Amino acid sequence: MTAIDFRGRDLLGMAELSAAEIRYLLDAVPPFKEVSQRDIKKVPTLRGKTIVNLFFEPSTRTRTSFEIAGKRMSADVINVSVATSSLSKGESLRDMADNLAAMQVDLLVVRHQVAGVPHMLARYLSIPVINAGDGAHEHPTQALLDLFTIEERLGSLRDKTVLLVGDIANSRVARSNIFAMRKLGMRVRVCGPRTMLPPGLERLGVEVSSDFDEAIQDADVVMMLRIQRERHGEVLFPSPQEYAERYCLTAERLRRAKAEVLVLHPGPINRGLEIAPEVADGLASAILQQVTNGVAVRMALLYLILGGS
Amino acid sequence: MTSLRVQGGFFLARKGTKGCSRSKGRSWTPWPWSGPLRRIAHEIVERNRGTQQVVLVGIRTRGVPLAQRLHRHLQQIEPHPVPVGAIDITLYRDDLRLQKNRPVHATSLPCPLDGKHVVLVDDVLYTGRSIRAAMDALTDFGRPQTIQLAVLIDRGHRELPIRADYVGKNVPTARNEQVRVLLREVDGEDAVLLVAGEPVPRTQGDA
Repeated sequence: MTAIDFRGRDLLGMAELSAAEIRYLLDAVPPFKEVSQRDIKKVPTLRGKTIVNLFFEPSTRTRTSFEIAGKRMSADVINVSVATSSLSKGESLRDMADNLAAMQVDLLVVRHQVAGVPHMLARYLSIPVINAGDGAHEHPTQALLDLFTIEERLGSLRDKTVLLVGDIANSRVARSNIFAMRKLGMRVRVCGPRTMLPPGLERLGVEVSSDFDEAIQDADVVMMLRIQRERHGEVLFPSPQEYAERYCLTAERLRRAKAEVLVLHPGPINRGLEIAPEVADGLASAILQQVTNGVAVRMALLYLILGGS
Repeated sequence: MTSLRVQGGFFLARKGTKGCSRSKGRSWTPWPWSGPLRRIAHEIVERNRGTQQVVLVGIRTRGVPLAQRLHRHLQQIEPHPVPVGAIDITLYRDDLRLQKNRPVHATSLPCPLDGKHVVLVDDVLYTGRSIRAAMDALTDFGRPQTIQLAVLIDRGHRELPIRADYVGKNVPTARNEQVRVLLREVDGEDAVLLVAGEPVPRTQGDA
């Protein structure tokens, strides 16, 4: 077996990574978390490197997280948002990528509403590309920060049971997590209205349920997914009230779970729709810890991809 | 050819290069550590007029157990407890571009460094580049009153204007030789290894 090396590589999805590679990435994170806890939250490691955040979808958390991660590593980070880019003047994606590469950019972080766009750019460009979310396909850095947070809180990943609740079919967070969690030997169960569960989940080694109260009982982790109203071309549930009635994580539902259960949410949260405010702000919630860890995970990733020659 | 060098109470093994019939055998000798470390401890106490403001910071990997040993010697001279920390300099190195990724380890400093006399501890002083990186890292944690340097072995060949304040042993070397310090805590035994010729791969740390 050759040594794991991420230098110059793309990170497009968890589907492409081996269990050992995911383990390697997770193990690299803790020292970078420590950097963020210092008074001077900056190390000179990536001085002179240029990172472009290319976001074709609205994002606060992920874009800011990549920007902060890059800046804490002393890289120059440039944000290009689609509203102000030349794509709105009719330039093609490929021409735009060519122009960015011609400016000697060292790494591209891409989010796009269409699945596969980061992959297309990665094939086309010689610089590394990180997928920051493509359509309903993958969001690998979110899965990494989720796994890191679970391990930090529960001590280990193997044989833990994770329950993913909500719009599984439209969730890139769910897909990336399912791929990664299965590879690391975790039990994954999904729960949501039938209209939100894609066919073929069992082939991924996932248990499927539509009864939240039953599915939550022996879960170690409950990961709530955001109801993505902007992505729903069709109506997947009769009304928000009816969805909340059956699938909102309330304090009462949470009491059915293990005493030490961990609650995660990739954000942004719809309070009262998929998660009750008292749960989101409660002791079992690691939602803000996820955000903190997201910066450390991305710092580690940038170091492993851009550090070294 | 393998020869054993004995210098003023220090036993150094000089391991032969190609064609050495015993190259597979381990040909070094345990080195009596406590002598030079005890002397360095006395020098630290003398120079800083006690240990009240002294903080020991070991450079990963082998500087950390050395700092802990130095701490035990300081305790025997002055009962005042001296804080001991560990610093990882990987993110501050100037040669990251030149080589493959090194794993980054934790930096943990026991207290604020403002106004303290920080003694950096490392096993081998060579080019001085590790020390440059360590000083950059330290200044990100505060403004020590002084930064001092204690090394077990100074092998020469500096590339930066850096010198050690406390030296266990000066060992003249050729550039193509490798100096390896093995420590019980990391390597299972205490030894100094002087290897001629090609660099020998090593699992962690560096000189």
